[in-house]
Amino acid sequence: MSPAHYIFLSVVLFAIGAIGVLIRRNAIVIFMCVELMLNACNLAFVAFSRMHGNLSGQVVAFFVMVVAAAEVVVGLAILMAIYRARKSASVDDANLLKY
Amino acid sequence: MIHALAAGGGTNLDADYSVSLFWILAVLSVGAAITMICVRQAVHCALLLAVVMLCLAVMYAMNGAPFLAFVQIIVYTGAVLMLFLFVMMLIGVSSADSLVETIKGQRLFAGLAGVGLVVLLIVGIGHAAIGSAPKPSSSFGTDNLTGIARLIFTTYVFPFEVTSALLITAALGAMVLAHRERTTPKPTQREVSRRRVSSGHVMPEPPPGVYALHDAVDMPALLPDGSTTERSVSKAVPPRNLGPDPQARVAEDLGREREIESATFGGEQA
Repeated sequence: MSPAHYIFLSVVLFAIGAIGVLIRRNAIVIFMCVELMLNACNLAFVAFSRMHGNLSGQVVAFFVMVVAAAEVVVGLAILMAIYRARKSASVDDANLLKY
Repeated sequence: MIHALAAGGGTNLDADYSVSLFWILAVLSVGAAITMICVRQAVHCALLLAVVMLCLAVMYAMNGAPFLAFVQIIVYTGAVLMLFLFVMMLIGVSSADSLVETIKGQRLFAGLAGVGLVVLLIVGIGHAAIGSAPKPSSSFGTDNLTGIARLIFTTYVFPFEVTSALLITAALGAMVLAHRERTTPKPTQREVSRRRVSSGHVMPEPPPGVYALHDAVDMPALLPDGSTTERSVSKAVPPRNLGPDPQARVAEDLGREREIESATFGGEQA
């Protein structure tokens, strides 16, 4: 399979994740869509690494996974703190900074 | 499959096999991703995301990244998604998305913007010259792990060290954010027992009812005087499980119990 196919697949997955971030209102689901976008980027990195015959792309994908894990931990903790204060996981209810 | 992974990191797969595998996985992952942004329940979203991640793991293996494939399964599907499910358990599975649009027409425009993004990126990548993959070297097969280790600990050693600081910071941040400060002093044993006596219910809560036909937490307990009490039913049990008339169910059960008793002991007593 040519790497181009994998790149196009990762583009489609990235766009689906972006649409999900825009249309969903539940903060947990929005987080999952962000994870989907990160995974799509990882697929592109791996495909490019294969295309260039160079392992650096795989190392970068590995770092992306580490940063994503850290991001999820902090993000979900923030989510729980917000849920405690506002009794809701919807992004519409976290509106204290609104004018 | 495992043998193919171990031998050549998936890059020495038969061409027809890899093409059909790619299309199966592509359709599966895109379908699961689209379903994921459409279903209302957050738990279903998590399970569909797991499907996408497993598909991507197989694709990593097909592209000569067996190490990343296993890290993907262990870290993403294993740890990150479990974390999502745990948080869902803590803040309520019932947090289904509301279908109310707070901004009029937002979904439509978001979908259009997403389609526009796909078109833009595909046109851009279509213009780029993406060559075919070269003949895979051993670093995309048996030497994948050593190759990645060599890169991480030589070229990328500084980012790798920074990563450890990031992880420690994230762990500390999660602990600080998830920690709840107690705003009222903890009740002492004396206060707890005082409150219990003054509430009029000194005894522990009654256990759930055990009847001839039903033995579940959603059945009200039978008190010594023959009446039932709703206090044995936890508030967390959804009311639909109680049925329209729990008393009728209890009465039906008691009648059946009497039948069983008379059938068992009736002959001896007579």
